[in-house]
Amino acid sequence: MEFLGLYHYWVFVVLLMIGFYAVVAKLNLIKKLIGLSIFQSAVFLLYITMSKVSGGTAPIFSEQVSGVLYSNPLPQVLILTAIVVGISTTALGLGIVVRIKEEYGSIEEHEIQEIDRQ
Amino acid sequence: MTGLEAHLPVLQVVVPMLVAPLVVLLHPRGLAWFAATVASAASFLLAVQMAGGVLAGQVYRYALGGWPAPYGIALEVDAFSVLLLLILTGASTLALAAGRASLDRQIELHRQPLFFAAWLLALAGMAGILVSADAFNIFVFMEISSLASYVLVAGGPDRRALPAVFKYLIMGTVGATFYLIGVGLIYMMTGTLNLADMELRIHEVADQRPILVAAGFITIGLALKAALFPLHVWLPNAYTYAPHAVSVFLAACATKVSLYILLRFDFVVFQGNLAGHDAQFAAFLMPLAVLAILVGSAVALFEVNIKRLLAYSSVAQIGYIVLGASLVSVPGLSAGLLHMFNHALSKGALFLAVMCLSTRVGDLNLQDLSGAARRMPWTLAALVVAGLSLIGVPGTAGFVSKWYLMTAALQEGLLGWVLVAVIVLGSLMAVAYVWRIVEAAWFKDAPAGDGADRPGEAPLGMLVLTWLAALSNVWFGLVTQVPRELATTAAAILLRHLP
Repeated sequence: MEFLGLYHYWVFVVLLMIGFYAVVAKLNLIKKLIGLSIFQSAVFLLYITMSKVSGGTAPIFSEQVSGVLYSNPLPQVLILTAIVVGISTTALGLGIVVRIKEEYGSIEEHEIQEIDRQ
Repeated sequence: MTGLEAHLPVLQVVVPMLVAPLVVLLHPRGLAWFAATVASAASFLLAVQMAGGVLAGQVYRYALGGWPAPYGIALEVDAFSVLLLLILTGASTLALAAGRASLDRQIELHRQPLFFAAWLLALAGMAGILVSADAFNIFVFMEISSLASYVLVAGGPDRRALPAVFKYLIMGTVGATFYLIGVGLIYMMTGTLNLADMELRIHEVADQRPILVAAGFITIGLALKAALFPLHVWLPNAYTYAPHAVSVFLAACATKVSLYILLRFDFVVFQGNLAGHDAQFAAFLMPLAVLAILVGSAVALFEVNIKRLLAYSSVAQIGYIVLGASLVSVPGLSAGLLHMFNHALSKGALFLAVMCLSTRVGDLNLQDLSGAARRMPWTLAALVVAGLSLIGVPGTAGFVSKWYLMTAALQEGLLGWVLVAVIVLGSLMAVAYVWRIVEAAWFKDAPAGDGADRPGEAPLGMLVLTWLAALSNVWFGLVTQVPRELATTAAAILLRHLP
């Protein structure tokens, strides 16, 4: 079952598509941001899963222990940065939604477009 | 290289990034603006210094923290980077220096320090993209600059900027995340993030699917950030409702920085390693570029808001740049790169003129401009000069790059004639939409009882800098050597893998 053997990549793809669907299809701005968050988290999982070495343990170096197989620490470090970026994006997005609510009194995309058209 | 010169690439990022938090503390009136302008001007001088070195045949390499590549983060500045650095820092400095009066009107005094900090972060982020030679580092800088530009666009008093910036944020993040997926897949297959190292190692795994998928994700993601048609929908509203000075800054350089990464990845990393990459690249991007030119120009013909009109014109101009790149030949690519420089000059000058107008005219719709030329002849004369360059009239910068673009297209045989027809048609439409502004401002009478609008010209400083930008269009239309040499060298570097 090689098809299912790569199940962690399927998790990535399915999550990515769920997030992307929400970003494209939802009209509520908060729901769009939730979708964006899921979309980004899927990519975090892609990075985490690629760093796993079969049988490898946490990459904590010690002089007493030798001959241990470690997982690759670099993708995890990279994704730590990407998580920070993701949080900042979500926070800024939510901040903008608050401002939109203050100015327009709505967080539904079609209602905002309607107000702008007047 | 001794002393300071060895550190030029990293200073390009460090100077604006370190000044940004300091600016937040500068509350007395005008001080934050002054500090930001000085930092931006310093960046410009650094870029000029490096341009001198690059023209003398030097390539600046810098190992961050002393860790040698490919393990550490490497910075590299060659002709392509320096061309874009000149555009970026020049546009930022000019927009800041000229924009003071306009920003004072649009940004409340107590928010100004934060606004200028965001400006410097956007500048630092974009400069970081341009000097970096590390794929993940580029992603981080891309997000720094994007987050800061969202703040800049949303900073103005127009509430319509908020939905516009929300859309910009969503689409920008999706684009950046696509890029991140592509980089992840490449890392998975090659184990490296350094672009030069990637170029060598990708060869062994080039025929495997993850690399092809990565190429797709990176190209689409960056095309989204570069507002290539049909992925441009975030751009018009973001440029229109942003504070006027921000429009000058972003219109001149934001999309071009994304195009820079796109071209670097596609030509340097993928071109030499993926079979038939040049044919696929051309087949994918050329139709989009042609559509961008035609649709962008056509929409601009019918817009009533000048800033929106110019924004749609930008969509068309990105089309010209990509069209040059999609010819995948040294003459074509160097024409495209030269057009990056020349479009930054003309669009920057046009938006500067619009900023001048905005100080005296309430709304920026065409009908509000009626008779404006009688009150502000200097502003509108500058607008005409920059508009001529946008059209591509001989003697201006826009002509030079369009001429090279047509010459390069003609080498493609029958297809080339079609492309030339597209370029000519796009330029004719540019004549029409620039004329609409000129007609409204110069040949329509001011509506009766117009005494309410404040008479007189824009502030002198703003006007002088606008004219400086407008005249640089003429200057670089006559003395083309420096940008042309940089563009040609950059194209030769990018296309070194061409069979």
